[in-house]
Amino acid sequence: MIQTVLNTIPTPSFEYALLSPILIMFLAACLGVLVEAFFSIEKRRFAHLIIVFTSLLFAFSAVALQSGPKGRALAASGTVALDGPGWILQGTILLVATLSALLFAESKVDPLGDAFASRASTLPGGEEEKTVTKLGWTQTEIWPLFTFSISGMLLFVTANDLLVLFVALEVMSLPLYLLAGLARRRRLLSQEAALKYFILGALASGILLFGSALTYAYTGSLEFGQISNGISSANNSPGLLTAAIALVAVGMLFKVGAVPFHQWVPDVYMGSPTPVTSFMAGAVKVAAFGGLLRVFYVAFGALVWDWRPLIWVVAGLTMVVGSVIALAQSDFKRMLAYSSISNGGFILVGFSATNRPAIAAVLIYLIAYAFATVGAFALLTLIREQAGESSTLIRWKGLGKKSPLVASLMSLFMLSFAGIPLTSGFTAKFGVFTAAISGGATALVLVGVLASVIAAVFYVRVIILMFFSEPIPDGPFVVVPSVFTTIAITASALVTIILGLFPQVIIDLISSASVFLR
Amino acid sequence: MNPNAYLVLSGIIFSIGALGVLLRRNAIVAFMSVELMLNAANLAFVTGARVWGNLDGQTAAFFVMVVAAAEVVIGLAIILTIFRTRNSASVDEASLLRW
Repeated sequence: MIQTVLNTIPTPSFEYALLSPILIMFLAACLGVLVEAFFSIEKRRFAHLIIVFTSLLFAFSAVALQSGPKGRALAASGTVALDGPGWILQGTILLVATLSALLFAESKVDPLGDAFASRASTLPGGEEEKTVTKLGWTQTEIWPLFTFSISGMLLFVTANDLLVLFVALEVMSLPLYLLAGLARRRRLLSQEAALKYFILGALASGILLFGSALTYAYTGSLEFGQISNGISSANNSPGLLTAAIALVAVGMLFKVGAVPFHQWVPDVYMGSPTPVTSFMAGAVKVAAFGGLLRVFYVAFGALVWDWRPLIWVVAGLTMVVGSVIALAQSDFKRMLAYSSISNGGFILVGFSATNRPAIAAVLIYLIAYAFATVGAFALLTLIREQAGESSTLIRWKGLGKKSPLVASLMSLFMLSFAGIPLTSGFTAKFGVFTAAISGGATALVLVGVLASVIAAVFYVRVIILMFFSEPIPDGPFVVVPSVFTTIAITASALVTIILGLFPQVIIDLISSASVFLR
Repeated sequence: MNPNAYLVLSGIIFSIGALGVLLRRNAIVAFMSVELMLNAANLAFVTGARVWGNLDGQTAAFFVMVVAAAEVVIGLAIILTIFRTRNSASVDEASLLRW
């Protein structure tokens, strides 16, 4: 009896080299937990910084060394697909996460310490909070949480199996729920953001999981390739299949923050500590769209004619609603949250084309957007008042006269979001729109062009506020950051300019790798 | 024994859970409803495993239980911090953030 059971469960093959980026990050996260347990509180921060940056470097080298044509294969018994898009997404996530890590590590801009609560368990505004802040304690648990989240993302974008996808999604999201609630300033808002993010995130993953269960009940497999075969061969009860795909779609669209599942985005982006927001808008966005691409192109690719109209509607709504509501925002962080929603719409336009150029276009858009958004949030951490970051837009009047450098860099990122030529945003938008036209969605592209015109208004408004108005008397001041934030801002500005001036190099690189394995 | 009945039952449990998350005001109850959704998925997984005669669904159910346990830890931690700050676990009172 036992023998027969053992025969039905094949011994998993495990390609350690191919999986090494994921394994390195998991190992680093576990080491981080050990540091928490065995190091004294003064030494922890330094130890974490060493572990996190070394592991990011090693993981990225592992991606860079293996991502050539020879390193594209299925791993771990076909449950993880390390193909061209998989490697590119992993590399992008690691680079963007490195920039966010630099912002996490910054402790110079706020006189009280880094961006995180001294002790998350203390009551906001209480005596205990003041004591631990005075002692200079920091909540170093953020580092293992951050590293676990990255390893979840690396697995999520390469998951080739619905169960692996779900587990990776949870490994990526659960630490984020906690990180969202750990802000040093405005802690009530931050805790509230964590609660909202948790409840809605758990709802989304529950929906995704039930969709996976129904897909399994319909096709008899959890692996993307076999699901695709199962869908093509089976022809009974299409209702079950429709329900399954709809639920998976809702779960994934929740995660990417597409309209009408976007309500959590502005609240969570605004309440979270800014480094965490940059991580969510950058790396998490890349991961969520990477997972969405693979699920729908590989597992549900046979039904493209059934789900495409749905994506068209969602993409159109997301672009228009995101851009229009962003117009009405008076808070910079909230404006960027709606900008993130509307950019998600543009990515969905490319996604809906479902051809090979579409994969490359989506990947390029994700790279361009992730770096620009991390840069914009990094600059926000420098514009401060006594009570913390100054995110009320109207108070930024005349910032260009106080700090021309910060204002010019901010303008660069705003122009890139708006899709002005010579910035990465133009390359990205051009790519998704051409892909969509070749995929036959010309009407959607017209909506997209219209939405980007609306979006340009609120991006340009920021520039006008900073450069063409007189400063207000008690306005915000700009602090000089340590080397961490400086590197993060410089790197994102460089990527934004290089992708705008010389897009061909990276387009060629990505186009040659944009084929999913199954 | 028609397996469809189990799928229908799991669908009903899932809907109760989803409605619970969206309608109930207490964070703890909303959170319990999430667990209901995950367990509905487990029932569907196990039904699928029975229909297809393979073990994937049963393994999936185990993984889901572990993930659900991890989610409980995180969720209760967040709800507890909110409760300590405000002496209330109502999701309606957490309304500082709105556009």
